[in-house]
Formats: sequence, structure tokens, C-alpha cells
Amino acid sequence: MKMFNPKAILAGAFALGILAAPALAQDRFITVASTTSTEQSGLFGHLLPIFRDKTGIDVRVIAQGTGQALKTGENGDADVVFVHDKASEEKFVASGAGVRRFPVMYNDFVIVGPKSDPAGVKGSKDVAASLKKIAGAKAPFASRGDDSGTHKAELRLWKLAGLDPASGGDWYKSTGSGMGPTLNTASSMNAYALTDRATWLSFKNRGDLEISVEGDDRLFNQYGVILVNPDKHAHVKKADGQAFIDWLVSPEGQKAIAEFKIGGEQLFFPSANAS
Amino acid sequence: MFDPFAAALHVMTSGDPEFIRIVLLSLQVTLSALLIAAVIGLPLGALIGIARFPGRSAVIIVLNTFMGLPPVVAGLLIYLMLSRSGPLGPLGLLFTPTAMIIVQTLLILPIVASLTRQVVEDLWADYEEQLRSLGSSRLRAVPTLLWDGRYSLVTALLAGFGRASAEVGAVMIVGGNIAGYTRVMTTAIALETGKGDLALALALGIILMGMTLMLNAGAFGIARLAQRVGG
Repeated sequence: MKMFNPKAILAGAFALGILAAPALAQDRFITVASTTSTEQSGLFGHLLPIFRDKTGIDVRVIAQGTGQALKTGENGDADVVFVHDKASEEKFVASGAGVRRFPVMYNDFVIVGPKSDPAGVKGSKDVAASLKKIAGAKAPFASRGDDSGTHKAELRLWKLAGLDPASGGDWYKSTGSGMGPTLNTASSMNAYALTDRATWLSFKNRGDLEISVEGDDRLFNQYGVILVNPDKHAHVKKADGQAFIDWLVSPEGQKAIAEFKIGGEQLFFPSANAS
Repeated sequence: MFDPFAAALHVMTSGDPEFIRIVLLSLQVTLSALLIAAVIGLPLGALIGIARFPGRSAVIIVLNTFMGLPPVVAGLLIYLMLSRSGPLGPLGLLFTPTAMIIVQTLLILPIVASLTRQVVEDLWADYEEQLRSLGSSRLRAVPTLLWDGRYSLVTALLAGFGRASAEVGAVMIVGGNIAGYTRVMTTAIALETGKGDLALALALGIILMGMTLMLNAGAFGIARLAQRVGG
């Protein structure tokens, strides 16, 4: 029997050094906690190279639900949060976790549902009345159930309709997952679902689903961007993070947002000058 | 329409730099974790295999239990350690490939150590008398037994590789699936599934399985060759 070969051990240690070396990293980067809708629609793939070419700052995006993204910011694990739930964003700033909220852009939510339309809501522009019909027909409805911006918007809409779907029964399915997985669920069980238009337009596994309800003012979906408070977390990249925010709300950044299209359709509408 | 094999072929031949980077990062993270787990787990497992000490049974049971550590729990633990609000926060390791290597090491170390322990314990039972007659102490027998059990230990390492390369929950939590930085094969598959692009998701799955197949075939071939050369 042979003993271990010292050369082999040395080679192993050498290989370890190579493999364990961190991947080649950009010198200048910021981390942005954002939402699945902005990442999965391809918006960041469109915006970030333009910003990088201009400033040399690499933007690392972590796509989470709005609730989780704000938590990531609060823990100091991101420099900037880019989310879509005005109420929680204002709370984030008020608690001192964030510096200031800048409105950036908006799109809208839509209710998608099966072509067979068991609740008879197709073409409606009244979201509250449509939700009442869905609940009344006990038609399957797939909810995010994950504390995301879309989930919070959905809960507000149910409240508007005067209903509490959680106590409703089997037809209301809380998936506890992201927008894409929830749409996959809705598509496979022919359920209705609330989704932001950007994710819907870039979603491929639609099956029998189509847009059922759209065009209600109450389906407005506003995105905001906030710098994580450097007073709370000293390592936050204040200058580079604010540079990203300033660029997003500048005429150039706003134009880049407006120019992002899928199949000729504009997904996000600049709103830096709105409140 | 729905042909994942054609899609897999298309992805592989496209030469898309982002795809190549994802493949290389997957290999880098998993092989690094495997190497670290091997450097620690092989000697550790062997020591537990032949040493006799109070509480040994408890150690073995705990080690075996950790083979079943849920990846999402491992991810959460490492996340809490590495978060800026956690004890190791100042290192700034969260959402980096290094964090992914750490979490995968945590996942596969118990597998490597546990399986090594079993292999070495069995060998020790067979050869104890012979080794003792040659004047070998328990400690000095460790490298000998590891070398003797090398073919079985390769299987232990492959099991570790399998768990690490197939895992998505832990690397998603601590890596963040950042495009161009911490996105690996499994998180890319989860992302494409989320986007409803099931063909592309399955295509990436086929490619990942192909990589694992090649690695296993390579290990098998080398072992065969070594057996023949070594007699």
C-alpha cells in the first residue's frame, strides 16, 4: 500500500487556490434589490449597459418581491432599492432605512384569465366588480401570497371589492411564489391572476390565458427608487448609488425607460416628474 | 415548437458569452466547494472511522443527519451569517460567488465525511491486525486507508458533486442570481421557468445533466485506467 503522494497534495492545494479565487469582479459596482417584474421583463438588461457605458458603474440586481427587497435594503445588503409599493416605500423612508423616495416610472396591473371566462369578466374596466364576479363564481384565482408589491396591490383591490378571499375557500390559491411561477400555476389550472403588464408581456407559457380586465385607474402600478440610508449602514455606496438614481430620473434615463419595448409595445412609462 | 433538445443544441452552439460564463461559474463554485469539502471531509471522516472516543456514536448520527440538511435552511443560515446585519457582515461576502462556495461546502461536507467514515471503518475492520503488526498507529493508518479506499471514496466525492451541482435553493438565497455575476445553471433554470420559457429551462437542464454525465464518465474512466495500470 502506498502513502499519499506529497506532490498530489501540493497540486491539490494549488488547484484549491485557483478555484477558490473569487470570480473576476468589476472594480466599481452597486447592488440593487429590485422586483421580479423589472428583472424578468428584461428592463434591466436594457437599462444597465447604457448606465455602465456612461458612468463605469456596474449594477448588480437581485430580483425579489417588494417586501423582501425592502428587507434586504433594511439589512444593508443592497445600496439601492427599486420597488413598487408606495405605502411600504414611504414606511421604509419614514423608519430611516431609506433616504428619499424618487418616483421613476409606472405601468399597470391587469387581470388575466382563461379564454372560457367562467366568471364573465372579459372586457370589464371595473376591477372591483370583476373581483366580486370571480369570487361569486368561485372561479379559480391564483394569488402571489408572497408579500410582494403585486400581492399587496391585489389585497388592496380585494378590500376595495369588499371581500376577504383568504376566507373564501378552495378557489383562491395562494402560491407563495414569484410572478412567473404564479402565472405558470394560473396557466396550468386555468385560473385568474393579477399580474403587472410587463411580466405578462414577456411571459411565454400562457396556455389558455389572456387579458380579462384592464384599464381601471385603480390598476395603476407605480415604481419608486430609494437609496439605503448610509447613516444606518456606513458601507452603503452613497455616491454611486445616488448617481444611479439621478440617472434614472434624468431626461436621459427616463427616455431609456420609455424606449424599452417588447413586440413593439412600451412596458414602462416614465414618471419622475409625477409625485 | 416544443423541442428542448433543439433548444439545448442552439444554446450550446450560440457561443453566447453570458451562457459560457454561467457554465464556468457553475463549475467553479461546485468544484471549489467539492475540493474544500474533500480536503476537510476525507481526513475528518477517516479519523472518525478509526478513532474510538466517548460520544462517537452521537457524532456519527449528527454527521449522517446533516447529509439531509435542507439546502434552503443551509442558505438561510449562511445568509444570516453573511448579511451586513449579521456577525460576518463586515466581510461583504453576501451575494458573491464566495458565499455560494461556502454554502455548498456546508452542504456536501457531511456527505463526504460520512461516506468516508463508513469506507474507512470497514477497511480498518479488515486490515487492523495487519496494520498493527507493521507497527502502524491509528493516526498513521489514515492516509494508508484513504488510499486503499480511493475507488469507493471517488463515489463519495461524486455524490457530493451531485448534490452541489443540482442545488438551487441555497445559492439563490446567498448568491442572489445576479446576471453576469452570481447566476449559475440551476438559478438560470429557475429564472427561465419563472419567465414561462419552459423549453429554454429544460434545455439548460439537459446541458447541466450532460455536464454531470461527462464528469461521472471521466471519473469512471480514470478509475478503470488506474485499476488496470495499478494491477
